[in-house]
Amino acid sequence: MLTASLSVEKSAVWVLAGSVDQIALGQGRCFVAGKRKIALFRLRNGEIYALDAVCPHREGPLAEGVIGNGTVVCPLHGYRFSLRDGHGVDNHSAVNSYPVATRAGMIYVRLPGTA
Amino acid sequence: MENIKSHKRKLVVIGNGMAGARTVEEIVARGGREQFEISVFGEEPYGNYNRILLSSVLNGSQDSSEIFLNPLSWYEQNGIDLHAGARVDVIARPHKAIHCDDGNWYPYDKLIIATGSRPAVPPIAALRRQSGEFRPGIFVFRTLDDCRRIAEFAAKCRRAAVIGGGLLGLEAARGLLTHGVEVHVIHLPGHLMEQQLDQQAAAILKHTIEGMGIRVHLQKLTKAVLGDNEVTGLAFEDGTTLDCDMIVIATGITPNAEIGSRWGLTTERGIVVDDQMRTSDPDIYAVGECAQHRGRVYGLVAPLWEQARVLADHLTGSDAGVAYQGSKLATKLKVMGVELASMGVVAGDGEQDDVVQFMEPRRGIYKKLIIRDGRLAGGILMGDISKAAYLIQAFDRGIKLPDERLSLLFDTGAPNPKVTFDEMPAEVQICNCNGVKKGEITACVAAGRRSVKSVMETTRAGTGCGSCKSLVAELVEWACKGQVDDDPSINYYVPAIPMTKPELVEAIRMRGLKSVSAVLNALADGRDDPGSKPGLASLLRTIWSADYEDERDARFVNDRVHANIQKDGTFSVVPRIYGGVTSPAELRRIADVAEKYNVQMVKITGGQRIDLLGVRKQDLPDVWRDLGMPSGHAYTKAFRTCKTCVGTEFCRYGLGDSTQLGIRIEKRFQGVESPHKMKLAVSGCPRNCAEATVKDLGAVAVENGWQVYVGGAAGSTVRAGDLLATVKTHDDVLTLMGRFMQYYRENARYAERSYGFVERVGIARLRALLVDDCEKTAARLDQEIAAAVAAYRDPWTEGRELYEPTQFAEPAPVRGEAAGVAA
Ligand code: SRM
Ligand SMILES: Cc1cc2nc3c(=O)[nH]c(=O)nc-3n(C[C@H](O)[C@H](O)[C@H](O)COP(=O)(O)OP(=O)(O)OC[C@H]3O[C@@H](n4cnc5c(N)ncnc54)[C@H](O)[C@@H]3O)c2cc1C
Ligand code: SF4
Ligand code: FES
Repeated sequence: MLTASLSVEKSAVWVLAGSVDQIALGQGRCFVAGKRKIALFRLRNGEIYALDAVCPHREGPLAEGVIGNGTVVCPLHGYRFSLRDGHGVDNHSAVNSYPVATRAGMIYVRLPGTA
Repeated sequence: MENIKSHKRKLVVIGNGMAGARTVEEIVARGGREQFEISVFGEEPYGNYNRILLSSVLNGSQDSSEIFLNPLSWYEQNGIDLHAGARVDVIARPHKAIHCDDGNWYPYDKLIIATGSRPAVPPIAALRRQSGEFRPGIFVFRTLDDCRRIAEFAAKCRRAAVIGGGLLGLEAARGLLTHGVEVHVIHLPGHLMEQQLDQQAAAILKHTIEGMGIRVHLQKLTKAVLGDNEVTGLAFEDGTTLDCDMIVIATGITPNAEIGSRWGLTTERGIVVDDQMRTSDPDIYAVGECAQHRGRVYGLVAPLWEQARVLADHLTGSDAGVAYQGSKLATKLKVMGVELASMGVVAGDGEQDDVVQFMEPRRGIYKKLIIRDGRLAGGILMGDISKAAYLIQAFDRGIKLPDERLSLLFDTGAPNPKVTFDEMPAEVQICNCNGVKKGEITACVAAGRRSVKSVMETTRAGTGCGSCKSLVAELVEWACKGQVDDDPSINYYVPAIPMTKPELVEAIRMRGLKSVSAVLNALADGRDDPGSKPGLASLLRTIWSADYEDERDARFVNDRVHANIQKDGTFSVVPRIYGGVTSPAELRRIADVAEKYNVQMVKITGGQRIDLLGVRKQDLPDVWRDLGMPSGHAYTKAFRTCKTCVGTEFCRYGLGDSTQLGIRIEKRFQGVESPHKMKLAVSGCPRNCAEATVKDLGAVAVENGWQVYVGGAAGSTVRAGDLLATVKTHDDVLTLMGRFMQYYRENARYAERSYGFVERVGIARLRALLVDDCEKTAARLDQEIAAAVAAYRDPWTEGRELYEPTQFAEPAPVRGEAAGVAA
């Protein structure tokens, strides 16, 4: 467990997702990095979060979910996930979350490398 | 703390399945933690889950995370020491301790054995590897892990054989079907489910399931598995073979009773217990499928609930004289989507019994009652189990049946449910999943709980498979003498704001709140509850019309992109087809669009129009443009459709021009938003081919006029609409319908369909308000709806003028070459 996450740390890379206004205020948007789909959410207060875009329940598109109370609600069957850490709220599953940074109106996401 | 603890007796439970965990729950509910320090050992590495629902997990209708009854946190919260993934192998009775495969000994004062049973595997050659495990591709069906393994393997299979055509085998077969394999059921007896069905019923069931694509092979004794490494088929006693690449064995169960016999408890088929569930050792008890009581071992959950209650009463001393009398077996089952109720014997006993029987094989319906001395000795109901509740009671209680036998099988004029509740003894079980009796529900009401929700939470009635929910609701209502409290929170318009709709409307108007975030900031301390946003958006639009400040993030995805999301994330497009009348040119355009955009399916809907399914979000604007038709609003809470019949234009019976009226209605009210969807229909005569009496609003032509119905439904609820009024002209129909719509828009709760609304307000009140205009509000309602109609704008025009630049954006690629930029 520990070794796995350490090696991920080492090879992690920051990728550029694009400008902040590629995401409508208060909504999410799906981004693709190689085989990985990432949902980025832009809160009304300016915070931005990144989670895996595919719901672990039945592969619902999380980027299309309504957000609020620090969570996103999957549009298919209503599972909720914390925007901060991807933990399921009222369900036992979870999605990965990724660190996000913004510079000069640009969004960067740190993804584990493929190496 | 330690001191107090050591005074408590140690209660150890072996087996963390449905009976073991339920017994612990019952003990805790009786304050048993004051007396006992409780430890539970379970071989499965989980909390306790609902084994019954494994069939739903296998067929994909439920996720495995959804079936837990007691998750691990439950044990923690209740101070129960759970050892999950721990198998008990020794009961050292002289030392009063058990040994577990974690290598430790644990002492007990009282011990409960609840080890359940395991699949019985018949002697078939070449089932196992030398190590004793099944060869790859061979499975049994008992645990969550079995389910997972079957599903995984099925993904790479072509053809599966299920050995065993009983309840479990058929459930396994159905589950496999959903994984896209060809399924064969192999059964030794001459008919399916011989424990619950007679030959005729089984023949009908066989026909029904063969219609689903399952092949059934009866009277086949399986001799051997074929194939060297991989499974390639089965060989039967009669010399025939069947090719298959996976096998599920479901040929019955064997009680896990060895732990009893091995350590010296009297054991026959199961561990023998007395009426207090005590084994031959007075400090050791057994419950569930591993126990044998008065010669019987049970294989369904209802008896286990009774046993758990008796044992808890006995152990905690809360009912010293308690005794288990054995259970009569009556069950409601759902086999492959076929509803089935079975009780007692399946065949009559010659001369002495009356057998009442009805059969309609083509519709899959079979009903049979075996009546002995005027009482029910057994019965089978298949395909239509509407009378099951009464019959199961009658069977359970040995109630004398009325002489008139027809009404036992059919509803001949609705019997008054009150009479049934009055007569119903307190011990009758209402909820079969959780074993809740009528008396417990009435006691709960008497103790002050007066809402259906709180009674359900307290007693757990109705929280299993849910099939008894409406019965529980009726019973609560009966027990409250109609004085049911709605939970206050049920009356909140949205969960985040503790106000009813009128209070909320008032607050919004007073403070001039025009956007969802403004409302949440002012009235919910800024908690932006996602579950409350869509309801608020809908309300604000009704209140402010054009002045409403639209925030798209408050809307559900369907209402952002004006299409309905599908399970694979694509969308469906339903263009408006006024009154169901189209033209060759329109059909051609639809066909062209379907081809151009690779639409996955073109489907005629139940609402008399055409659905294009599987459109990508980014293609929506182009699809709409090429169609050149307005939105049919099939994705939102608004006016949907108006179905029509051909009426006077073509039909020889037509009394009114239903087609024209339907088109006028749809043109006028299209897209008007409301608390829930509104579906309409117009029929040209009382033959009612457009089904207008089961629509939210409907009109039916009669000699010299039109009847207007409201509150009809034929979806999850079926309700005949109430006649609001009979009026003369098309214009009258439009006016009255508009008035009703506006009243509904203003007064219904969010997501309350007209069938609930009309029932709640009452048709008499609606007539007084909307037809007789007793409060002089009609003119205002007419004006408001006219304003809403005038404000209508086809949402699909947003395909040309995007509301926001990313509205239909496809997933955007991220650039890996930025690596290191921000690090
Ligand atoms: C397409 C259609 C089935 C079909 O292939 O025929 C359909 C499809 C859906 N219905 Fe329906 N219903 C369709 C006619 C009906 C009818 C019959 C009718 O309208 O004449 C009913 C019974 C009447 C009624 O409305 O009550 C019906 C009762 C429901 C219900 C149960 C509503 C209730 O309270 O009883 C739901 C669930 C809900 O609304 O919460 C539902 C929900 C759905 C949803 C929207 C489920 C969802 O949220 O994804 C389905 C969308 C599939 C899609 O994306 O296309 N659908 N649905 C029909 C579209 C009619 C149309 O042209 O607009
Ligand atoms: C797929 C399926 C569908 C069903 N559908 C229905 C239905 O529709 N209606 C109905 O009434 N019934 C149904 N049943 C039957 C019902 O699930 C059982 O009657 C019920 O689960 C029995 O409860 P139990 O606690 O006796 O046994 P179980 O639920 O099997 O629990 C026994 C537990 O004890 C554990 N255990 C065994 N030995 C040891 C040991 N030595 N040490 C530690 N732990 C041990 C086992 O791992 C298991 O978890 C169904 C069963 C299955 C498999
Ligand atoms: S009945 Fe309606 S909601 Fe249910 S699956 Fe069919 S289309 Fe979907
Ligand atoms: S797919 Fe997300 S909740 Fe079902």
